[in-house]
Amino acid sequence: MRVLLLLSAVVGLLLVAGQAAGFIQPGPQRVEIRIHYSHFTPSAISVPHGVPVTFVLINQDPIDHEWLLGDAAFQERHRKGTEPHHAGTPNEVSIGPLSTVETTITFGSPQTLQYICHLPGHEEYGMVGTLTVS
Amino acid sequence: MRRLVAAPLVAFSLLLVVVAPAFACGGLIGPNGAVNLLRTTTLAAYHNGVEHYVTAFQFAGGGGAFGSITPLPGIPSSVVRGGDWTLQRLVRETDPPSPTLLFAGLARDSAQVLQQVRIDALDITILKGGGAAIGLWAKQHGFRLPPDAPEVLDFYANRSPIFMAASFDADAAAARGQSVGDGTPVHITIPTDNPWVPLRILALGKAASETVQADVYLLTDRKPAMLPDPSGLLASRGVKLTHSEAASSSLLADLRSDKGMSWVPQRAWLTKIAIDAKASDLRFDLAIDASGAGSPSLRDAGFAPFGPMKAPPQQISLWLLLLIGVALAFGAVGWLTAVAGGGIRRPLAGA
Repeated sequence: MRVLLLLSAVVGLLLVAGQAAGFIQPGPQRVEIRIHYSHFTPSAISVPHGVPVTFVLINQDPIDHEWLLGDAAFQERHRKGTEPHHAGTPNEVSIGPLSTVETTITFGSPQTLQYICHLPGHEEYGMVGTLTVS
Repeated sequence: MRRLVAAPLVAFSLLLVVVAPAFACGGLIGPNGAVNLLRTTTLAAYHNGVEHYVTAFQFAGGGGAFGSITPLPGIPSSVVRGGDWTLQRLVRETDPPSPTLLFAGLARDSAQVLQQVRIDALDITILKGGGAAIGLWAKQHGFRLPPDAPEVLDFYANRSPIFMAASFDADAAAARGQSVGDGTPVHITIPTDNPWVPLRILALGKAASETVQADVYLLTDRKPAMLPDPSGLLASRGVKLTHSEAASSSLLADLRSDKGMSWVPQRAWLTKIAIDAKASDLRFDLAIDASGAGSPSLRDAGFAPFGPMKAPPQQISLWLLLLIGVALAFGAVGWLTAVAGGGIRRPLAGA
C-alpha cells in the first residue's frame, strides 16, 4: 500500500514537471463556435499546435453558412470559388440551417489563420474570425 | 463559396403604401443580386379596423422564379387580384407630372401554411411561424436569404408571426404574354387593431451604406400620429412627411370606383411619407395611431426594447426645449440691457 502511494506521488510529480517543462503536450482540444445572426462567436480563438483540435460549429440561423479556415491566399481563392458545398476537407465545412457540424484539425506549427463564410455578402456582413495557433 | 443568394423579401404595411422609385416596403433581390422584378408598388389603407393592402409586382423580363417574403400585422381574411388603377391614381394625386410607377425563439417548429393563392404569375402563401421557421420554409421553397435575414425575420416574428411569401414565375409571366413593366396587383384584406408600416425590411440584403428610398402613402379615417414622427425637426431618421391633408373627394371617388375598392370611405386623411435613409439607419418600422389618441406604439415601431434602436425623442419635448432656449435667450438679453443701462438697483446699505 505504501509503495503504491509512493509510486502515485512520483508519477504525479513527473507529470506536473513534464507539463511545466513542455515535455508533455496537452490533450485533444475542443472548441465551440456558434453562428447567430450571421456572426461567429467567438470571433477570436487560440489553440495549441501539435494536438488535435475539434471545432464544434453550431449554426443557430435558418440559413446556410460555411466555415473556411486558412491563410490569406486560401481565403482569396475561396472568395472567387464556385463550390456549392464543402465536405471532406477538415478546414472547409458547410453548415446547414439550425445544424451542428464537427471537424478535427491538427496544426503543425504556430500561425495565424482566418475563418470566414464566403457565401455572398456574408464576409462583408461580418462573418470573419481569427484563429491563433500558438 | 460564391453562390446565388436570391432573397426577395418584400415588406408590408397597413395603411396606404405606394412605392415609386424603389420597392414598396421590401427588397426584391434576384439571383446574383440582380433585381428582376421591376418594382413593387403598394397601397394599404386602414378603415374600420380593417387593413386593405394592394401591391403590384411588375415584370421586368428574364426567366426563372423570384419571390418575396412580407411581414403582416395579422391573418388576412382574403387575398384576391387587386384593382387596375388604384396605385397609379394615388401616385398621380401627390406627384401629378411624374410618369413613374408606380417568436422568434429557436423555432424548430415548421411554419404553418394558412392560405395559398395563385394570381396570374404570382404564387402567394400566407405563413405563420417564428423567424427560424419562416427562414427554413423559405429555404425549402427555393428562396435564398441574405445574411441579415435571420435577424430581420426575428425582428418581425417577435411582434407578428404572420408573413406573406410571394413567388413570381417569370417564365409563366412570359407565357401569359405579360410584357416588361406589366404589373399584377394583389389586394389583401387584414383585420387588425394596430396598423404599422414595416420599413426595416426595405433594407434587407443591402450594404450598410446603400440608400433606401421609398414613398409611403397612408389613408386613414383621421389624421394619424406616427412614430418616428416624420414631421419632426430632428431625428426623423430619413423618414420625412411630404403630404398631409384631407383626401380630395375626387381621389376617394376614383379609388372607390376601382375593382374591390368600394370600402373606401367618403372622408379620409391622406399622408405621404418619403423614405430616404441609409440601410444601416433603417432599423425600425413606422407605427401609426389612427385612432385619434395620438399614441403610436413603441412596439409597432420596433424600437427598444422590441428592436435594436432607441426611439427618437418626442417632438413635444424638442419644442419644449426650443421654447425654454428662447425664453432663456430673451432673459439674458433683458438682463444685459438692464446692466448696460444701469437699471439694476442694488439694495442700499443699512436699508
